[in-house]
Amino acid sequence: MAEYSTPTTEQEFAENFAQLKPLMSRNEALYESSRCLFCFDAPCITACPSGIDIPQFIRQINTGNDTGAARTIYEANYFGNACGKVCPTEVLCEGACVYNLQEVKPIEIGRLQSYATTKVIAANKKLFGPGPPNGGRVAVIGAGPAGISCACELRSLGYEVTIFEAKSQPSGLTVYGVAPYKITNEEALAEMAYLQGQFGYEVKYNSPITSLPEINELEAQYDAIFLGIGLGKTSGLGLPGENLPNCVGAVEFIAELREVHQAIAVGPRVVVLGGGNTAMDAASEAARLGAEVVTLAYRRSKDEMGAYAFEYDLAKGVGVKGLFNVAPVEVVGVEVVEGVRFVRTATVNGQVSEVPGSEFIVPCDMVIKATGQAKQLDFLRLIPGLEMDGRGRIVANAHSGQTTNPRYFTSGDARNGGAEVVNAAAEAKVAARGIHAFLSK
Amino acid sequence: MPDLSINFAGIKSPNPFWLASAPPTNSGYQVMKAFDAGWGGAVWKTLGVPVVNVSSRYGGVNYRDKRLIGFNNIELISDRPLADNLREIYEVKKRFPAHAVIASLMVGSRQEWHEIIRAAEDAGADGLELNFGCPHGMCERGMGSAVGQEPKVLQTIVEWVMEVATTPVIVKLTPNITDITEPAMAARRAGANAISLINTIQSIVGVDLDQYSPYPIVDGQGTNGGYCGPAVKPIALNMLKNCAQHPHIKLPISGIGGIENWRDAVEHILLGASSVQVCTAAMHFGFGIIREMVSGLEQYMVEKGFNRIDDFVGKALPNVKPWNELNLKYQVKASINPDKCIGCQLCYTACEDGAHQAIRLQAGTRTPAIIEENCVGCNLCSLVCPVDECITMLRTDEGTQHLTWNERTAAHNIPTEFNDERAGGRHHWVPEPLAALGKERHKTLPGKARALAVSKQ
Ligand SMILES: Cc1cc2nc3c(=O)[nH]c(=O)nc-3n(C[C@H](O)[C@H](O)[C@H](O)COP(=O)(O)OP(=O)(O)OC[C@H]3O[C@@H](n4cnc5c(N)ncnc54)[C@H](O)[C@@H]3O)c2cc1C
Ligand SMILES: Cc1cc2nc3c(=O)[nH]c(=O)nc-3n(C[C@H](O)[C@H](O)[C@H](O)COP(=O)(O)O)c2cc1C
Ligand code: SF4
Ligand code: SF4
Ligand code: SF4
Repeated sequence: MAEYSTPTTEQEFAENFAQLKPLMSRNEALYESSRCLFCFDAPCITACPSGIDIPQFIRQINTGNDTGAARTIYEANYFGNACGKVCPTEVLCEGACVYNLQEVKPIEIGRLQSYATTKVIAANKKLFGPGPPNGGRVAVIGAGPAGISCACELRSLGYEVTIFEAKSQPSGLTVYGVAPYKITNEEALAEMAYLQGQFGYEVKYNSPITSLPEINELEAQYDAIFLGIGLGKTSGLGLPGENLPNCVGAVEFIAELREVHQAIAVGPRVVVLGGGNTAMDAASEAARLGAEVVTLAYRRSKDEMGAYAFEYDLAKGVGVKGLFNVAPVEVVGVEVVEGVRFVRTATVNGQVSEVPGSEFIVPCDMVIKATGQAKQLDFLRLIPGLEMDGRGRIVANAHSGQTTNPRYFTSGDARNGGAEVVNAAAEAKVAARGIHAFLSK
Repeated sequence: MPDLSINFAGIKSPNPFWLASAPPTNSGYQVMKAFDAGWGGAVWKTLGVPVVNVSSRYGGVNYRDKRLIGFNNIELISDRPLADNLREIYEVKKRFPAHAVIASLMVGSRQEWHEIIRAAEDAGADGLELNFGCPHGMCERGMGSAVGQEPKVLQTIVEWVMEVATTPVIVKLTPNITDITEPAMAARRAGANAISLINTIQSIVGVDLDQYSPYPIVDGQGTNGGYCGPAVKPIALNMLKNCAQHPHIKLPISGIGGIENWRDAVEHILLGASSVQVCTAAMHFGFGIIREMVSGLEQYMVEKGFNRIDDFVGKALPNVKPWNELNLKYQVKASINPDKCIGCQLCYTACEDGAHQAIRLQAGTRTPAIIEENCVGCNLCSLVCPVDECITMLRTDEGTQHLTWNERTAAHNIPTEFNDERAGGRHHWVPEPLAALGKERHKTLPGKARALAVSKQ
């Protein structure tokens, strides 16, 4: 029996995708903030990729200065609200909290962070503003965590900023990729509206930059260009039957899920291919959409999965079944998906090899491929002098975000190959400073 | 099982836990309920002249998420009719003959005192407590702490009381005075049978930041009130000790102030109280706390081999000395247990900024290290450490020498100027002032810049 029945209304959807980190009440925030020890050079700060002064903002919440707390958070991270909800805090700040060493539950830093920032967003409290205009103009490609964060920082430095975004909404994968039980669309977009209201950058939606003439136009109009384009579509597997209608990429599946919620259809039996966090998300999501059997198939053993342990636990908790040491060889079906043919694998000296004669079919109605995102190489190769590394990541200076074409800067997934929202937000601030240093020369 | 019963200046009670004169003893209903729950005695809410109370009467001091670590009130004495109170005292005594019911009284003239004492005793009160303590509302009318602060007046009134009282008389003292032993001595001279202390401390418990008014707020304004609850225990204990150690007071003392559990009660008893009274804790948690108090006290007595409360009344008093009789040769130093340390570095920053720069950080671990030469043994680090028994203060002297300031004074061996070899500061290492600069600067940087600055350090 499935754990969840198929949601048919927005309310049922919200119940099946109930928030893992719901908003705290004032009382909860008071109790939780009271526990923080105010560690010296706290390990939670060091563990936060954006270096938020965590004990400071928790102390501010505790003394009733929620606005000050939000300011502390936003000074370090423009996606403060989203990060509080979507960060893998178990392996970041909360994982580093000293309470863990005492076998006491760590401080719920993420939820406190969202608590304070939600307050200022809801009240549209003015905390920041653009710096005095310095005459510089910067184009930002992509309105994801990287692009938006870069734009905010550049505006505060006095630049005029225009963002070109392919899609119709801002925040990138925060609203098109992250699992709906981590953050709602409304929450993600409210923070975006808040930031745009504070900093006043321009966003051109439905405006993908894809051609050389467009690039030339940007170069003519702007002093510097920031590439916050993230990654691309789900990579193909090159399997027979991969193009059957019910065989979909995880990123595309989740993007649709985030947009249409319960209107998305999953079959009763779903096979998810992959062992990363996206695979865990897709499997959990399929289960919460009412799929009866969700099988998570991974080439190697359980322990070798790239996903965080807590993400796998989350999937297991909603009824997902793991199938390990199997490799897909064919998506079976005539008109639609009917199953996946697997071969068992063995790992010898780190090398995965197929076990001959061990093929078997897992019957199913849908296949979700969570086998990694491709890079947008065709687009990137249009930019003169831009170098990518062997894995398709844009090569850039870690302290300035500057690429091998000096007028181009980058950060986020496009540069790090795919990390978290917090990394994109933090690195984009650094890149904005790099742009400023470059243009101030 | 140890015997918890007491005989306090002639007032018998099945255990030493009494409710203090306050709202929990406002009515026969409450006192009966308390006795039913296990309380040994009750000092009835003060009876006296007719009064009128304001609405909005209490204020609290919260510490982070902890409510009411301090409590304050601007209430007056009982506002119920005297006759009702007396009838209920009678009813309670009839139902609970072995429990202690003490009438708290506060009136003005000699005539009024005589009348109310007779009335209270006729109602069956086992004893009388004279409220010379209330620090608001009544003192403005020449009663309460206005009396308690004037030993001469206090003595006269107690003398009036002793003229007619046939039951034991307890004088309740106000802490709003420089030397608590003066009114205590006045009570003794007038022939009182016992004293109780402390009543509430004059206080402003907080100020409303938006209404610009002290709490509790009465129509946009407030007044000073009386402070009590856990926060006042240290003040109560010190005053208790002062009276208990005084060579001439020599009266049974009922300890009051900040008692909320058996430990607090035992502390009061060890410093000389032979009964204890509780107000705030009962107002906060209800009468049910008595079960924990009785069971804790019993367990403590079993473990210590005490059979009766008297076995340990004042047992800590011989160890409370004036500073100049403490052993200057005694030396402790902090020691960190790395297996317990969770790396919060509160000890480091406390000693660094608030003590003697005797703790340093170490590369490769978050566990700090004690710089023994610099440690003066002040205890601060062990007090801030959030882990139980992680920092211990270890004795480092041989334990063979004993020398006090008094002895040094007698031997003409005390420093007479700052540059004296015998002065403590001469041997007190401190870093160069300029070494402080830059140490905290990274903390003012936002986000990654800060993280990078820390990792570079
Ligand atoms: C399924 C999934 C789940 C995830 N879950 C989490 C999570 O729980 N927590 C977490 O912290 N992180 C999570 N991540 C990772 C996180 O979403 C990314 O690391 C982060 O969004 C990267 O930000 P970015 O700005 O670099 O890229 P993106 O968020 O991908 O934003 C890129 C933006 O650029 C736009 N764009 C791309 N190309 C062009 C173009 N040529 N012209 C114009 N616009 C363009 C895109 O439409 C998009 O809006 C998840 C990722 C995935 C795929
Ligand atoms: C609301 C309130 C009213 C009080 N009224 C009286 C009183 O009428 N007579 C009296 O002697 N003491 C009165 N007190 C003082 C208490 O009896 C007691 O001395 C004091 O609260 C300290 O004890 P605690 O720390 O246990 O509260 C009152 C205290 C409070 C909080
Ligand atoms: S490590 Fe934990 S207790 Fe220490 S400051 Fe950070 S959140 Fe607070
Ligand atoms: S205060 Fe205690 S737990 Fe914290 S670093 Fe010092 S010794 Fe360790
Ligand atoms: S006892 Fe005092 S001086 Fe010694 S290390 Fe601790 S805080 Fe520093």
